[in-house]
Amino acid sequence: MRYVRTAPEPVRPAPPRPKRPALRSIVTGGANLLTTAIIVLFAIRTVPHLLSWAVTHGVWSGDGAACREAGACWAFLRAKMPFILFGIYPEAERWRPILVVLILGAATLWSLPRAHWTRATLAFWGFAIVASLLLMAGGRLGLSPVPTSAWGGLPITMLLTIFSLALGFPFGIVLALARRSDMPVYRWTATALIEVMRAMPLVTLLFVASVMAPLLLPAGVTADNLTRALVAFVLSSSAYIAEVVRGGLQGVPPGQRESARALGLGRSTVLLSIILPQAIRKALAPLTSTVVVIIKNSSLVLVVGLFDLLSAGRVSLNDPAWPTPYAETYLVIALIYFVICYGFARYALHLERTTQGGEGRP
Amino acid sequence: MRRRRAARGWGWWLPQVALLLALAGLVLVVARTVSDNMERQDMVLSLGFLRSTAEFPIAESFLAYAPGDTIAWAFVVGLGNSIALTLLIIVLSTMAGVPIALARHSGHMLARTLAGGFVDLVRNVPLVVQLLFWYGVILMAFPPARAAAQPLPGLFLTNRGITVTTVGITGTALPMIVTVLGGLTLTLITAWRGHLHKASLCTLGTIVAGSALWIVLDLGLARDVPHFDRFNFTGGLTLTPEFVAVLWGSVIYASAFAAEIVRGGLDGVPRGQWEASRALGLSKRQSLRLVIVPQALRMIVPPMNSQFITILKNSTLALVVGYPDLNFVANTAINHTGQGLEGVAILMLVFFTLASAISLAMNRLNARVQRGGA
Repeated sequence: MRYVRTAPEPVRPAPPRPKRPALRSIVTGGANLLTTAIIVLFAIRTVPHLLSWAVTHGVWSGDGAACREAGACWAFLRAKMPFILFGIYPEAERWRPILVVLILGAATLWSLPRAHWTRATLAFWGFAIVASLLLMAGGRLGLSPVPTSAWGGLPITMLLTIFSLALGFPFGIVLALARRSDMPVYRWTATALIEVMRAMPLVTLLFVASVMAPLLLPAGVTADNLTRALVAFVLSSSAYIAEVVRGGLQGVPPGQRESARALGLGRSTVLLSIILPQAIRKALAPLTSTVVVIIKNSSLVLVVGLFDLLSAGRVSLNDPAWPTPYAETYLVIALIYFVICYGFARYALHLERTTQGGEGRP
Repeated sequence: MRRRRAARGWGWWLPQVALLLALAGLVLVVARTVSDNMERQDMVLSLGFLRSTAEFPIAESFLAYAPGDTIAWAFVVGLGNSIALTLLIIVLSTMAGVPIALARHSGHMLARTLAGGFVDLVRNVPLVVQLLFWYGVILMAFPPARAAAQPLPGLFLTNRGITVTTVGITGTALPMIVTVLGGLTLTLITAWRGHLHKASLCTLGTIVAGSALWIVLDLGLARDVPHFDRFNFTGGLTLTPEFVAVLWGSVIYASAFAAEIVRGGLDGVPRGQWEASRALGLSKRQSLRLVIVPQALRMIVPPMNSQFITILKNSTLALVVGYPDLNFVANTAINHTGQGLEGVAILMLVFFTLASAISLAMNRLNARVQRGGA
């Protein structure tokens, strides 16, 4: 008697991993108990101090005088928050940076779900960027002009990040392709550019940009601080993006190129519609992590005297009417950065998980 | 990478020649513009300024410096500060990263959650913000010198920094120090070559020779206890708030990244390896030492390479709290002398060399690890 299977055996799920109960892991076993004891002891020593500093002795409202000889001075931050968020932008025009933050924030949130990755979204981004620049700079549509030296706070952070990405992305792709090219001159040039940019600290790069700008520009042409910083940012971000895209390109199986060529497609068609889309899809999750790096890097513009979130916070500490609550101010600024960066980091993780399952699907 | 040898016609040469020409043209245009601008501003390209005296102070340094030394020496002093800071951060953050990674791996719920929260929090806040935060905490929370806090005997916390008791050797200690250093170098070399038995013999020899010389030369120990002296502490070793803030903040930041790299390496070893090595009868410790760690190291070393270069690059952020690293010194020197081009060239050259040195060292380590040697 023979038994021939006609249908495949259904795949049985893996046996469930035994879950260690959370509570038991804390209190069973000598080592675990010791760990718990150390953690609890540390908490007992520190948490009450922190609570008394931040909450019971914290000052939540009032002016500079109320903050002297007290705990955390949250009132300072309440008073200075508009300045930290929007810098020295003229107060009467503050609705403009607020609108910019809202527009750019909305565009970012809208672009997160995969279903929204369409040409319409791209067009919306184009509109958002143009509108933001127009709103910030003014000078048209009856808006009073505001020089870039007066821009500040969150809009600077957002614009720097978006521009480093939007401009760094095409450069990065070109660099990545050149680095994998079979023409040595292109390969060497791209490799040299990428490696030099990656070896250089961004602070040094920013500093070079500000020292060299007067020398590099022809007579009569000047670049403001923001443009100089932006050039440094785009250079460094394109090097990072190039490396990420190169990783994606390496992940595309060589058979893809060969079969597309065998089908009679031209070299550029193969590149643009077969190789690059797959490479970029593979590179999406690490690209999102690059966004976190770029956002964090944007805080470095304080070394060239731009008023981003951090510099504005630092300047607000110079107000003689208040004591100088360094820790509170930097905590709040850290919190703002954390919310943005952590959000992107989680999103990168989500992309990574979902692209793994959907490999190969359009 | 496979490259086809055939079909190297015009389509292969022409674009490259075009790029070369374009690059040469770009260099020419930039050189023209720069020389025009320099001529207009009466600037002369020369490294002579390195020999002139530096009139700016450097607040603290590992190498001796005083205003009046040459600018070249100021650069060296800044470089010394940068290298010392980078090495300290690399060593300390790696040491701190391993236990954090293990905590994230452990079955202890509380430890796991805390370590995870720490890593997420630290990684998602810019380092500059963290450095300024810690600097602010030291300035605010540490008491003034006359009311110094003393958490441990001989360790004083003040808002002018951390002052510690140092222990020095009395007597002519040079022969002993040279012997011990030589022995340690020999030990490291033999260990690196994989002769662990010889290395342990070297260690033993070093200890014996060191102790013998100690007795023969009649050396002693003396403590240098800091004491409060009207305005400030004298004696002992004082670490400035700037240095402490940079070191502490950077170590915290880098240790979170190191922890993630180590965890990635541990996660990368398939669970089957654990189970198989336990099934073969290896003890928990043996399977960790002989099976898991060697495989995890292969995944840890390459990202650690970029991590160390990042630490080197991040050490330049010291300037936001005013710790004089190379970048800071170069900045000051350029502001004083106006020799921007030369200063920037030196700066770029040095950073490129340092980053390459780290890469080289790590690549050699990587080659060993991948080979599975030692």
